[in-house]
Amino acid sequence: MAYGIRLLVWGERACFTRPEMKVERVSYDVITPSAARGILEAIHWKPAICWVVDRIHVLKPIRFESIRRNEVGGKLSAASVGKAMKAGRTDGLIALADEDRQQRAATVLRDVSYVIEAHFELTARADASDSEGKHLDIFNRRARKGQYFHAPCLGVREFPASFELIEPDDVLPAVPADLRGERELGWMLHDIDFANDMTPHFFRAVMRDGVIEVPALRSEGVKA
Amino acid sequence: MSAIANRYEFVYLFEVTNGNPNGDPDAGNLPRLDPETNQGLVTDVCLKRKIRNYVALEKSDAEGKPEQSYVIYMQEKAVLNQQHEQAWKACEIPPDAKNGYKKLPADTAKAKSLTDWMCSNFFDVRAFGAVMTTGVNCGQVRGPIQLAFATSIDPIIPLEVSITRMAVTTEKEAEEQSGDNRTMGRKHIIPYGLYRAHGFISAKLAERTGFSEDDLALLWRALENMFEHDRSAARGEMAARKLIVFKHEHPMGNAPAHKLFDLVKVARTEGEADTPARSFADYQISIDRDGLPAGVSVQEYL
Repeated sequence: MAYGIRLLVWGERACFTRPEMKVERVSYDVITPSAARGILEAIHWKPAICWVVDRIHVLKPIRFESIRRNEVGGKLSAASVGKAMKAGRTDGLIALADEDRQQRAATVLRDVSYVIEAHFELTARADASDSEGKHLDIFNRRARKGQYFHAPCLGVREFPASFELIEPDDVLPAVPADLRGERELGWMLHDIDFANDMTPHFFRAVMRDGVIEVPALRSEGVKA
Repeated sequence: MSAIANRYEFVYLFEVTNGNPNGDPDAGNLPRLDPETNQGLVTDVCLKRKIRNYVALEKSDAEGKPEQSYVIYMQEKAVLNQQHEQAWKACEIPPDAKNGYKKLPADTAKAKSLTDWMCSNFFDVRAFGAVMTTGVNCGQVRGPIQLAFATSIDPIIPLEVSITRMAVTTEKEAEEQSGDNRTMGRKHIIPYGLYRAHGFISAKLAERTGFSEDDLALLWRALENMFEHDRSAARGEMAARKLIVFKHEHPMGNAPAHKLFDLVKVARTEGEADTPARSFADYQISIDRDGLPAGVSVQEYL
């Protein structure tokens, strides 16, 4: 863990959608390693590096809230865009929000705060100009100043994440009393393997005194 | 058009008087409430809808035909539906994007040209992004603008107002009432609520969608004026009250967003603490300009 970082993230609401309940979204109890990686990548990422989440600290009690919203069902089709391009006009290319409306409830987390412990590894696309020190410096500098590539979010973009770098000498915030002890969180999404046709990988998340150890993506105990 | 070169964050304050800013479909259209604090909520998508509607209004001619490069993709039905139907037929595009054409273009360059074309023609795709089944980028464009839920400064107390209508819908109803012909209805209103929303604009994502300075000026105009063009029986009197924009010199930003938001304080005017707020005059807004981090400037609208 020579190149490890610790990032404190928090926000008013969060929705780390369970894949089995994604029509009417229900959030996992805690942030997934995949969402944590997304937050790190929002601050700094290059094709030369790959973030690996090692540990997640849960700092606030797990509470839920339900929100129902009007959403649209359809997605934009590439073929109709192509047609409209050929025709050179946009007037046919619309989605009518009223005709394609769905009401969906989301069960989201309230008042969350996590510490993400992670490190990165250099990928095959790293060249001579990429060193671990360089990318670590960039990340730390940005995180310290509050800079980002795009605003990081807690699962979905309407729930922005605030973040702060925890310096190596800083002590971690205390875990609240009701998260002490051991809690099984069941099978949870680890990450999606984009190299292999977007295969989702799952792991058994166990929270011990508020800390979830995240196994490596290709290790035993992580099922595709 | 070149994209914006600065990161922005904004605090947007708007009020509602005797109206319902955003109904909750889960609670019989009662104003949305945060169940823990009783503060009122307005969803991000509700505000985005109004921004789209404003842009559609400002950037279209008398017949409702949108100006080039300011077309709105996600339209509300009210916008001259029949004309559109004719256009659909003229272009020979099937009326529903869901039917057919599910195949993704495997060619990355082709997919990119589709995305670029969408971004340059449609304001809402350029600003908010869109999920497109183009195969690359997980099939979506992320827009530079991100909005969070708006929350009311103080807890809100929704009132249920019963109203009567001096007519009935069906003859059967009329017979049952033996000609009295009256129906009761309900309206939910908030006597007064001042709401605060936070927004984020990423310069780096703007580069990818081509969200320009002109677009940014249009966004500020939309936020300033959108409630002026969204009058209805349900909304009551809604108005934008303050738009405070933080502009970073550096495209990646010069300070954490939450620290900038903390600089904007909304408090009750002195001596009013325990009385219900009933107007904007009951609040005072302060911006801690001394605490402004280097490289960040404040712009105030409204």
